[in-house]
Amino acid sequence: MAEILFYVFAAIAVGGALGVVLQKNPVGSLLFMVVSLGSVAGLFVLFEAHFLAAIQVIVYAGAIMVLFLFVIMLLNLGHDYRADLRLGFWSVLAFATVGGLAGLLARQFRGAEESPIYQHFPGPAALDSLIVEQGVVGVIARPLFTDYVVAFELTGILLLVALVGAIVLAKRRV
Amino acid sequence: MGFTEHLVLPPAVSLLGAGWAPAAQGAAYEPFLPGLILLLPLLGFLLNGALALAAGRRSADRIRSGGAAAEGSVEPAGRMLPTWIGPGVVGVAFLLTLINFGRMLGVELNEPVIRSYWTWMGTGNLNVEAAIQLDPLSMVMMMVITGVGFLIHVFSVGYMKEDPGYARYFAYLNLFVFFMLTLVMGANFPMMFVGWEGVGLCSYLLIGFWFHDRPKADAGKKAFIVNRIGDFGFLVAMFILFATLGTLDYVGVFEAAPEAFVYGGGIVTAITLFLLLGATGKSAQIPLFVWLPDAMAGPTPVSALIHAATMVTAGVYLVARSSVLFALAPAGSVAVATIGALTALFAATIALQQVDIKRVLAYSTVSQLGFMFLGVGVGAYAAGVFHLMTHAFFKALLFLGAGAVIHSMHHAFHATHKDWDAQDMRNMGGLRRFMPVTWITMWVATLAIAGIWPFAGFFSKDEIIWASGAAARGGFEFIYTGLWVVALAAAVLTAIYMTRLMVMTFHGPSRAGEEEEKHLHGAPLTMTVPLIALAVLSVFGGWVNVPGSIRESFFGGFGLLPMSDWLDRWLAPITADAQAVLLAELGPVADQAPVGGGHVFWGAVATVVATAVVILTARSIARAGTRPAIEEGLPEGGIRKLLYNKWYVDELYDRIVVRPTLGVSRWAWRVVDQLLIDGTVNAVGNVTRGVGWFGSLFQTGQVNTYAFILTLGVLAVLGVLIL
Amino acid sequence: MLTEALVVSALLFLIGTFGVLVRRNAIIMFLCIELQLNAANLSFVALSRHLGIDGQVFVFFVMTVAAAEAAVGLAIIISIFRHYQTVNVDNFNLLKW
Repeated sequence: MAEILFYVFAAIAVGGALGVVLQKNPVGSLLFMVVSLGSVAGLFVLFEAHFLAAIQVIVYAGAIMVLFLFVIMLLNLGHDYRADLRLGFWSVLAFATVGGLAGLLARQFRGAEESPIYQHFPGPAALDSLIVEQGVVGVIARPLFTDYVVAFELTGILLLVALVGAIVLAKRRV
Repeated sequence: MGFTEHLVLPPAVSLLGAGWAPAAQGAAYEPFLPGLILLLPLLGFLLNGALALAAGRRSADRIRSGGAAAEGSVEPAGRMLPTWIGPGVVGVAFLLTLINFGRMLGVELNEPVIRSYWTWMGTGNLNVEAAIQLDPLSMVMMMVITGVGFLIHVFSVGYMKEDPGYARYFAYLNLFVFFMLTLVMGANFPMMFVGWEGVGLCSYLLIGFWFHDRPKADAGKKAFIVNRIGDFGFLVAMFILFATLGTLDYVGVFEAAPEAFVYGGGIVTAITLFLLLGATGKSAQIPLFVWLPDAMAGPTPVSALIHAATMVTAGVYLVARSSVLFALAPAGSVAVATIGALTALFAATIALQQVDIKRVLAYSTVSQLGFMFLGVGVGAYAAGVFHLMTHAFFKALLFLGAGAVIHSMHHAFHATHKDWDAQDMRNMGGLRRFMPVTWITMWVATLAIAGIWPFAGFFSKDEIIWASGAAARGGFEFIYTGLWVVALAAAVLTAIYMTRLMVMTFHGPSRAGEEEEKHLHGAPLTMTVPLIALAVLSVFGGWVNVPGSIRESFFGGFGLLPMSDWLDRWLAPITADAQAVLLAELGPVADQAPVGGGHVFWGAVATVVATAVVILTARSIARAGTRPAIEEGLPEGGIRKLLYNKWYVDELYDRIVVRPTLGVSRWAWRVVDQLLIDGTVNAVGNVTRGVGWFGSLFQTGQVNTYAFILTLGVLAVLGVLIL
Repeated sequence: MLTEALVVSALLFLIGTFGVLVRRNAIIMFLCIELQLNAANLSFVALSRHLGIDGQVFVFFVMTVAAAEAAVGLAIIISIFRHYQTVNVDNFNLLKW
C-alpha cells in the first residue's frame, strides 16, 4: 500500500515539476508548483515526517505560493502567454548540463543500497519508537529547542531581517 | 729648556703654567656642567628653528594676502629673539667652557674625564655609549669652537640683519655648533662620526642657505657629495678598528693599539689610510679639496666659522686624536704629511691668481689646512693643533673682514644699481679710507698668516715647518726633507697672495666709482668688535706655545713671556703615547733643520724673508696697478691662466669622475631602470590586466550566464567527487 | 524505498535546474529554485527515516530560509519591475563592469 502511494505521489510530484517548467502562463506554473509541493508533502507523510508535511502544506504550498501569486497579480503578469523558453544553443547547453548531472547522480545511485554506509544506519525502527514515545511534533520540537536552539533563534532574526528588507525593497521610493 | 723652572712666576701666570707643572695638591678635575655645553646650542637650534618656522608661515601669509614679498623686510620684532638666543647660547657655552678650562688647569690629568649618559648601541660585542670625554685636546677644540663661534655669531647679527631668513640662519648656526661640539667631545669614534656627519649636514644647509640661487644650491650639493667619499673612508676605518680591537672607545682603542698592532703593520696602515681619506674629505685636502672653494657661496660668517675655523679642521683633530695609530703606521703618517705639504703648495699657487676675495681666502684655508696636515703627519701633533687654533683666529678674522668689505661693497653697488661683483677685488681698492678698523685688523691677520714675528702664525706655522725638517729620521728622510722645502715655498706664496689681497682691496685708488664711494661705509659695532677681538687673539694667540730657545732670544730680554712650550705640555697627555712610539722606533728628533741651523736662526730668517716678501709684493702690485673687472679681461696664456683656472682640477674631475658617473647613471636609468625594472613591473601589470580582461568576458551581466556557469561549476565539483 | 525517494529527489532537482536555465521569467526561475530546495528537502526527509531526526530539523531550517528568500527575492523582483516594466531577465544587464 505504502509503495503504491509512494509511486503515485512521486509521479504527481515529477509531473507537477515538469508542468512548472513547461507552462507558459506564470499562474499555471504556480498551480503546478502547488500540486508538486502537495505530493511531496504526501511523500513526507510516507516517511513519517508528519509535522513537516503539515508545514509543507500550510507554509509552502499555502503561504509562500500565495505570496508568489500576489506578486504575479501585483505586476499584472497573468496574461503573459509569450513563450519565454530559451531555444537553440542555450537549450542544448542546458540539456547537456542537466544530462551530465543526471549521469553523475545515476552513477552514484546505482548499487547504492549495497554500499557499506547503509549498514551503519540505525534504520527506521529507531525513529518509529521515538515517535511512539514523544509524538510526531515532540520528536522534532525536542531537538529544535535543545541542540539547535541557537540556530532556531537565529532563524527568527533572519526572518525579521528578511521582513524588514522585503518591505524596504518593495516599497515605493518616497 | 730648563729655563722656566728657575723663573719665579707671577700669580696670574702660574695659573697658566700649572697645566704642565706637576700638581702637588693632586686635586682631581671636576667637570662643571659639561653636558650643558653641548645642550645649549641644541636648545638654541630648537628655539630659533621654531621661530624660523613661524616666520616662514608669517611671510607666506603675507604673500598670500597680496602683500610685498619678504625680501629685505624682516620686521625688527622678528629679529629680536634670534639675536639674543643665537649668540647667547654659544656665549654661555663659551663661559662654561672657560670655567671647565680653569678647573682643568690646576690639575694633572693623566686619564680623560668621561661622562657617559646612556648606552647608545649595545649589541653583542659592540657597546657604544653616548659619552663625552673631557681632556686637554677636546678642551682646546671646545675653546676654539665656542670662543670663535661666539664672536662669529655676534658678527652675524650685523651681517645678516636684512636677510629674510634671519632666524633660520641662526638655527643652522646653532645646530652646527652643537654638532661640532659633539665631534670634539665624543668619547668614541661613533660619537665623533655623529658630529662629523652633523657638521656636514649643517655645512650643506648653510652653503645652500640662499637656495633660490641655483649655483649656491649646487655648491651645497657638491660639498655634501664630496664629503660622502671621505665619510666612506672614516666608516671603513671604524669597521676595521672594531674588527681588530673589539672596541671603539678612544681610551680602549689607544690603550690596546700599541700591543695589538705591529709597528708599520698592514692593518694599522690600512686604518690610518682610511682615516686619512675621511680627513681629506672633511678638511679639503688633495684630492677632495674641490668643494671648499665652492662652499664660499654661503654667507661669509658661515665661511669664517665652518669653512675656516672649525669644521674643516676636523680632519686635523681626527689625526691628532688618533695620534697613536698614526705613530704606529709610518706609511700612513708620511701619506698625511705628503698630502698636507702638496696641498699647501698647490692651493697657495691657485690663490695667487684668484680675483674673488673669498676664493683667495678659501684657497688660503686649504693651504693652511695642508700645513696642519703636514704637522700632524710628521709627528708634531701639538704643532698641528696649535696651528689649528691660531689659524682659527686669523682666518676667521680674515673672513669676517672680507665679509665686512663685501657687505659694504654690496650696499654701495646696490644703492647705485651698478651691476658689478661685490666680491671681485678688482672692483675694490682704497677701502682703507672707508673702513679703517677692518683695514687694520685684516693687516694684523695678514701678518699673522704670513708668519711674521711676533704674530700668532709665526709660532704655529714655523713650528710645523721646523718639525717637518727636523722629523727627517727613520726610513723617510728624503721625503721629509722634500716636504720641508715644499712647505717653505708654500709659506712664501702665502705671504705673496695675502699681500696681494690686502693691496688690491684696501690700497691704491678706489675703483668702485665716485658715486659708489658716497655709499661705502664702515662696519657696525656688532661687526667691528669681533674683528678687534680676533685681531688681539691673532697677535697674542701664538704666545701660548713659544719654543724655549726662541723665547729666550726674542722675548727673554723683555721678560714678556713667562712660559714656553705651554701647549705642547698641555697636550702631552694626548700625544705622549704617540711620541713614545716614535721615540722608540725612530730615535730622538734632530734639533736642527736639514741643512743646519737652529730654532733662533731659522726663526729670524723666516721673519726677515716674510717681511721682505710682503713689502716687495705690496710695492710691485701697487706699481702695476689694477683695473676694474669689466675693463680687465681674463688672463691669457701661460701660468697665469692656468692658475686663474685653478689648474683645471674641476674640469679634470668632471672628465674622469663626474661624466663617467653620469654616463653609467644614464645607462642604468635607461637600461636597468626603464627597461628591466619598469619592464618587469609593467609586465606584471599588463598580465594582470589581460587576465582581468579575459575574466571580464564571463561578466556579461546576464543572470542566465551566471546560472549556467554556476551549474557547470557544480557539475565539475560533483564530477571530481564522484569520478 | 530509500533509493527510489532519492531518485525522485534527483529528478525534481534536475527539473528545477533545467527550469532555472531555460526560463526567462524571473518569477518562474524563482519557482524553479524553490523546486530545487524542495527536492533537497525530500532527500533530507527520506534519509532521516534511516538516520534519525536531525534531517527533519534541517528541513525545518531550509523551509524558513526559503520563506525568507522568497520574501526578499520577490521584493527585489518588484523593485526591478518598477524600473524596467518587465521581469524578463535578459533585459537586466547592469550587473557587469
